Amino acid sequence: MKNLHPVIKIRSFATGKSVKISEKAIEKTQLATEFFSDIGNMAIFIKQIVKETFSRDFEFKEFLRQCYEIGNKSLPLIAITGAIMGVVLTIQSRPALEDFGAVTMLPGMVAISIIREIGPVITALILAGKIGSGMGAELGSMKVSEQIDAMEVSATNPMRYLVVTRVLAATFMVPILVLFADALGLFGSWVGVNIKGDVSLVLFLSQAFSSVEFIDFFPALVKSFFFGSVIGIVGCYKGYNAGRGTESVGVAANSAVVLSSLLVIVVDLIAVQITDMIL
Amino acid sequence: MKNLQKEPIPAISTEEKPGRKMIEIIGLKKGFNNQEVLKDISLQLFSGENLVVLGKSGSGKSVLIQCIIRLLVPDAGSIEVLGSDVNSLNKNELDELRRKIGFLFQSGALYDSMTVKQNLEFPLRRIRKHLTEKEIKEKVNEVLENVGLADALNKMPSQLSGGMRKRISLARTIVIDPSIMLYDEPTTGLDPVTSDEISALINEVQKKYKTSSIIITHDIECAKATADRIMMLQDGEVYLEGKVKDFENSTDPIIKSFFK
Repeated sequence: MKNLHPVIKIRSFATGKSVKISEKAIEKTQLATEFFSDIGNMAIFIKQIVKETFSRDFEFKEFLRQCYEIGNKSLPLIAITGAIMGVVLTIQSRPALEDFGAVTMLPGMVAISIIREIGPVITALILAGKIGSGMGAELGSMKVSEQIDAMEVSATNPMRYLVVTRVLAATFMVPILVLFADALGLFGSWVGVNIKGDVSLVLFLSQAFSSVEFIDFFPALVKSFFFGSVIGIVGCYKGYNAGRGTESVGVAANSAVVLSSLLVIVVDLIAVQITDMIL
Repeated sequence: MKNLQKEPIPAISTEEKPGRKMIEIIGLKKGFNNQEVLKDISLQLFSGENLVVLGKSGSGKSVLIQCIIRLLVPDAGSIEVLGSDVNSLNKNELDELRRKIGFLFQSGALYDSMTVKQNLEFPLRRIRKHLTEKEIKEKVNEVLENVGLADALNKMPSQLSGGMRKRISLARTIVIDPSIMLYDEPTTGLDPVTSDEISALINEVQKKYKTSSIIITHDIECAKATADRIMMLQDGEVYLEGKVKDFENSTDPIIKSFFK
């Protein structure tokens, strides 16, 4: 069969003979090499973050500023998303429960869905877009405009000042935002229930929380910390390692969102498996 | 040095040298992706002098000063700054050395998310930790006045013009009282009037703060205005070294193309 891809001849190190390899194969090998070197570099990056986190001169002021940037400035987005999530989930679930005559279970079912899964994952995905892209673009543009170099030559550790503060702020703020989204989601669910019924907020909440136990709440909170870390680490890694050209800023922001969203789903899968095994 | 048509320029005599060696580079080599950018560069910077490193774009000028402050690690050669071998310093020793060096970046590299005041306070709070709030405020006001932008204190970098950004950037480097200044293309992208102002400012900094400076540029006017000595790079090698007059009187075609 005729080879459809162009081939080139290279000399084998093992045998010393010339062998034919398609350009496509070389391209794929390069992509694989890049992929694995990226994983290695990220591991080194995480090691540096851990090392700098426990260093003496922790940049506490910058950490608080980042908490404000990530936490406070994400509140409106998370509030709207959480509330709409609750309304939609309630409206969508109602017909199925009506068929079984189990409409009274609606608050409990929605509460468990929001607290265990939908609240943390949807919030993390939205924050991956908002925070991840922000970190990727900000650090990327700082790299391009030599601001990171300027920090380094003024004897300030940019890893400690820029990366550690952002990663820790994301790690602590994402769980808080998840709790906020959960609360707004439940409120949205109450609004959804009242579209076709008349239930007081107190009754709705007592029905909702009678179905929720601590084991529904705790694993979701723990995995939210990991979501925050993943978003922070990926966003900072992509921005900090951006190329020198201006287009690298866009590439860094874009790849930060794509990779952190993907990793949020992967972490969720692992968390669910672990929770399932333990509880 | 290449042995082309250039005129023989006598080596600088020891009597002319202003003082002790602040920087000494011997046999510096640096390449990227199998392409040699710097091929065996040697230079000396003496106390209190302004050394202009001249050359066209891509001749390795910026790579040279980035090696001096170890933003880039050279492939070969030794770099001694203030008596310390830069390549053998550990992180803490390197930080200690960097505290004595001011680096003016080509782009200014002002921190976008901070006001001018915060930009100036940033290195001061980290390098001069013993200063009180009052002393920090006074120092910030002093350097801003020295660069002629006392009223820009609360502006964001995005509100500043190119020349103002360069001035603020210069203020940020001198705020820590460095003994060595490294200027990377200080007048690039500026109009002739602002370029002259920046050149004058470089001379003022030299006098007032008693700094020794390496000025990387391809701007002849800036070189003429600021240089005590000029070193010209061509294809990663030292092509010629001497006084401004030596370059102006040269009949070498490459040098003449710069000093028309």
